[in-house]
Amino acid sequence: MNALKRFGYAIALPVLLVGLWWAASAGSTSIFVPRPAPLAATFVQTWLGDRILSDVLPSMGRLLAGVLAAILLGVSGGLLIGSVRWLRELTEPVLEFFRAIPPPVLVPVLMLLVGITDSMKVAVIVSGCVWPVLLNTIEGVRAIDAVLSDSARTYGITGRARVRYLVLPSAGPQIMAGIRQCLSIGLILMVISEMFASSSGLGFTIVQFQRSFAIPEMWSGIVILGLIGVAMSFIFQWTERRVLRWYHGLREVENAA
Amino acid sequence: MQPEITDPTTRAAGQALPAGQAMLSVRGLKKVYQTDAGDIEAVRNLTFDLRPGELACLVGPSGSGKTTLLKCISGLMAPTAGEVLLDGKPVAGPPKKMAVVFQEYGRSLFPWMRVRENVELPLKNQGVPKAERARLVEDALEAVGLSHVPRSYPWQLSGGMQQRVAIARAIAYQPEVLLMDEPFAAVDAQTRADLEDLIRTVWKKLGVTVLFVTHDIDESVYLGERVIILSSSPTVVQEDLTIDLPADRDQLNTRALPRFTELRHHVYEQIQLAKKGHRPAAASDTV
Amino acid sequence: MLGLTGVLGFLLMWELSSRLGLVDPRFLPPASEVVAALVGDLGLGRFWVAVGQTMQAWAIGLAVSVVLAVVLGFMVGSSGFLRRVTNSTVEFLRPIPSVALIPLAVLLFGVKIESSLMLIIYASFWQIFIQVLYGVADVDNVAMQTAKSYGLNSLARVRHVVFPTALPYLMTGIRLAAAVALILAVTAGLVIGSPGLGREIALAQSGGAISGMYALVLATGLIGVVINLAMRQVERRTLSWHSSVRSEAIA
Repeated sequence: MNALKRFGYAIALPVLLVGLWWAASAGSTSIFVPRPAPLAATFVQTWLGDRILSDVLPSMGRLLAGVLAAILLGVSGGLLIGSVRWLRELTEPVLEFFRAIPPPVLVPVLMLLVGITDSMKVAVIVSGCVWPVLLNTIEGVRAIDAVLSDSARTYGITGRARVRYLVLPSAGPQIMAGIRQCLSIGLILMVISEMFASSSGLGFTIVQFQRSFAIPEMWSGIVILGLIGVAMSFIFQWTERRVLRWYHGLREVENAA
Repeated sequence: MQPEITDPTTRAAGQALPAGQAMLSVRGLKKVYQTDAGDIEAVRNLTFDLRPGELACLVGPSGSGKTTLLKCISGLMAPTAGEVLLDGKPVAGPPKKMAVVFQEYGRSLFPWMRVRENVELPLKNQGVPKAERARLVEDALEAVGLSHVPRSYPWQLSGGMQQRVAIARAIAYQPEVLLMDEPFAAVDAQTRADLEDLIRTVWKKLGVTVLFVTHDIDESVYLGERVIILSSSPTVVQEDLTIDLPADRDQLNTRALPRFTELRHHVYEQIQLAKKGHRPAAASDTV
Repeated sequence: MLGLTGVLGFLLMWELSSRLGLVDPRFLPPASEVVAALVGDLGLGRFWVAVGQTMQAWAIGLAVSVVLAVVLGFMVGSSGFLRRVTNSTVEFLRPIPSVALIPLAVLLFGVKIESSLMLIIYASFWQIFIQVLYGVADVDNVAMQTAKSYGLNSLARVRHVVFPTALPYLMTGIRLAAAVALILAVTAGLVIGSPGLGREIALAQSGGAISGMYALVLATGLIGVVINLAMRQVERRTLSWHSSVRSEAIA
């Protein structure tokens, strides 16, 4: 019963909205106004054929490679900078500056430095996504509880064991918050790098549709980007709930008090 | 202002034992913090020894450098002068034979590990074989009366239970010296009485040397075989007092003994003196 | 002090890697040249017009999204029913990347400022909206019941209980949104060609004015730093007022 009720709440508004859209666009013949049924048909036709192999999967592959590299770099760099006080103070203003640069301006810069290649697109994603992970990791490492840190030291937990059992889990919530930002920036950069300088990929294809006034196809492109964003967000939330179960439990206990 | 008990068991300055007999020795310990506002002398000159298997309490007025002292003894902080010897060897970093229980139980346990994993981690880190680890963890949890919650997270437990987990972790580590930094200051009164008895029981069973820091006078007299009273900062030993209460203690009867009241009274007076800035004569020549 | 050393060290490394040919100086001119180009830009009307255009889109877009998000956020947040009903839709719409709307913006508005605004408003709205929802959900039950028992009507309760609780969250949302809005203001110029710094960067790049391009990138970074610092300042001011009022109420 309870699950049914929750399902009802989750489904009611989306059904209503799609219904309204359907009704409002039913009589329309303008090609600028998308209609649900034809849009679904165009979507299947446009994206579930050859384009999966030629555009969608390569884009996703670059996104994945860039995001993973950014997380790896950000976390390991953050662990280092966060644990060494003088290094943190030395690098702080420079890192703040890099974080403040709107990541898309890195596209023309890296086009010059790396050339218009796949590695340029991955490099754009890495160089835009690494900052939130890096800065959040630094902040997380810095904020380790002093008593907890002393406890670990008195029990001889140092070096790699300290990183594994104390530093990483303790900075976990911050790192995950950084990764969440990293994912959304990564998706944006994947699209922009392909819109700006590419002859294939999702971003390129969608801009081509728009330029050639293939409006239904363009709409289907917007839909697929939306779906990718939503899928990434759900995967992230699922993972985060698993990795940080202790954290959410702890917060609940604290809030209840 | 002579204290009313003047028997041979009390003396100013800490007991120093002949070399080789002490488990823990604090010799001429001094700690000066360097801050932007100038140097702050927290501990001036502390000397005392603990025999193997002794349970000593350390009391002092608030701000008397108890925590500083404990950090120096546990090797978390280097003293400015003097030294700490554990079993005859100087302490340079946190030694293996020592375990510390902190006051802030909520911040000393790893919130991302279950109770069992928390107790097990130091052993795992030492490379203790799995079967032995399991046995030690089991025994320790049983000793503190927590065998029923190994799968819980610490934050799911009450404050008193969390402190029991921290004590179990210390026991499982099999230290020769157990340092406790006001461990019961943040738990409620009833739980506190239970935990005090738990410490006495564990101490008797394991024969471990315990240094118990507290600001609670009753607690120090009830728990200790000996109470070391600190002066106010910059700290020296105000008095080193042997507690000649029977070894079997319980909350009702021990606390009702006239001798308990006398000792408590005495410690209280000494602390009041310390607060007023009174210092033992022996300490002034060591500056 | 150490931070200044870090900045100088970074500039020196940049200068050297270009001068020594570690990186092709045609593609990465030495720091001194880029800084000189930036200083040159500061004297040009064209540069300031572009900055003005970017900041105009930033400010209008941010203001519109604050108003929208605050109104809708308090409305949805205050009603358990609305919260439950909209939850799935919000969770679905929020992760849609703003850049997905670029083709639509071009189609609707071309290279005008409205294109930038559409992207900015869409992206910043969610940042603030979500924070307002968190803030409203954080309202203390006891405080709410106290207000009810003293007969405060729902408008007065929002004014005196809900709003003060949600304010720190709202400020966090605005700070995040301010950064996102700048990203999209520049992106719109870069990709769509709507007026502003983004377009100047794209033009400099395609025109081979490499030092000029780096100078503009540097400028966007500096604007970003200024916005971050200013927003933190505003947040601290507002919240110190907030906490002082609260401690007064408690005492």
